Amino acid sequence: MAVDYSALKAGGFMRQKQKDNFSLRLRTVGGTVTAEQLRTVQAVADEFGEGYIHLTSRQGIEIPFIKLADIEEVKRRLAEGGVETGVCGPRVRTVTACQGGRCCPSGCIDALDLAEKLDARYFGRELNHKFKFGVTGCQNNCLKAEENDFGVKGGVQVAWKEDACIGCGVCVKACRRGAITLEEGKITVDEEKCNNCGRCNRSCPTDAWDVTSGYMVSFGGTFGNNLKFGEGLLPFIRDEETLLRVADATIDFFAENGLPSERFFKTLERVGIDTFKVVVEKAYKGEE
Amino acid sequence: MADFQIKDTVDITDVVCPVTFVKAKVALEELEEGEILSIHMADGEPVQNVPRSIKEEGHQILKLLDNSDGTYDLIVRKVGE
Ligand code: SF4
Ligand code: SF4
Ligand code: SF4
Repeated sequence: MAVDYSALKAGGFMRQKQKDNFSLRLRTVGGTVTAEQLRTVQAVADEFGEGYIHLTSRQGIEIPFIKLADIEEVKRRLAEGGVETGVCGPRVRTVTACQGGRCCPSGCIDALDLAEKLDARYFGRELNHKFKFGVTGCQNNCLKAEENDFGVKGGVQVAWKEDACIGCGVCVKACRRGAITLEEGKITVDEEKCNNCGRCNRSCPTDAWDVTSGYMVSFGGTFGNNLKFGEGLLPFIRDEETLLRVADATIDFFAENGLPSERFFKTLERVGIDTFKVVVEKAYKGEE
Repeated sequence: MADFQIKDTVDITDVVCPVTFVKAKVALEELEEGEILSIHMADGEPVQNVPRSIKEEGHQILKLLDNSDGTYDLIVRKVGE
């Protein structure tokens, strides 16, 4: 019987250089794996692999050296233990995320929560080429937003609250962009310099800032054979609904305009980033 | 500066991150609730980060004084035991 390698690849089984051996990629979101799932992975790696796993660059787990003959049994065992297999090939891949908002004090958004939503909405969707989402909680960019086809970075818009301010000057120094000046007890923020990092509010002893958290999106990044930083085409996005509208419009644009085996940034170059910009601007504004 | 009764001062210009914060924290532990510590720190990373860490520990920052010589004094009131 002929082996359908592309079906196996779609199911996360990646052919190894050793004949009839596969490295099995598991489904993870934002690098979160429960202890229970780990126990299952451990048992499968012991029994069907070679007693080890590989951690991928996208926060995933692979179990190498799964034998062709064991594939069905491995899938069954994993499913029993609440572990799903991942995907490979031309489709939406693992969504990466940091622990911003949930554990990290710097987090401006709940990056994991958003990653779970993006995963539920798009994971595995068939496209012309792979498509990567990544979510990072703040400007520290631990999860490298701009290397993704669709990168999300959390941020805050800040507005000074005069009545709560004690004029201590801490924020002026905390701001790494030199955006804040304090003169005669009054704070001014240079919007041009501000990058929405939120350090001013986090360091302010009296929380003398109104903060609105939101998202900064970058489009068309890749960090493989080609190196390209995703571009920010939109203003600060203040709500999740708008963000998801923009994500929908992006994926649909790629599905409609991408050629087979063409990465998203190539599509943007060929079709024109301005054409795409019009599309996402409409989605941003909620226009049809 | 007459508005603060400074109980103790600590100089953290001789150490680097993260010891800067640790040294300040230890000095705060020596104080009683409500007493005031002046933390002498350098420009750059310390003054960008130490105030935030002190705030996250729950203490009350009263003032950041610019000594105009590349150093700052952060005036902190101890909160909680
Ligand atoms: S990107 Fe920001 S929120 Fe996320 S882990 Fe790094 S510092 Fe924390
Ligand atoms: S949000 Fe960041 S860049 Fe903007 S004013 Fe505050 S500290 Fe500066
Ligand atoms: S850190 Fe807060 S209290 Fe201090 S000057 Fe800035 S806004 Fe005012």
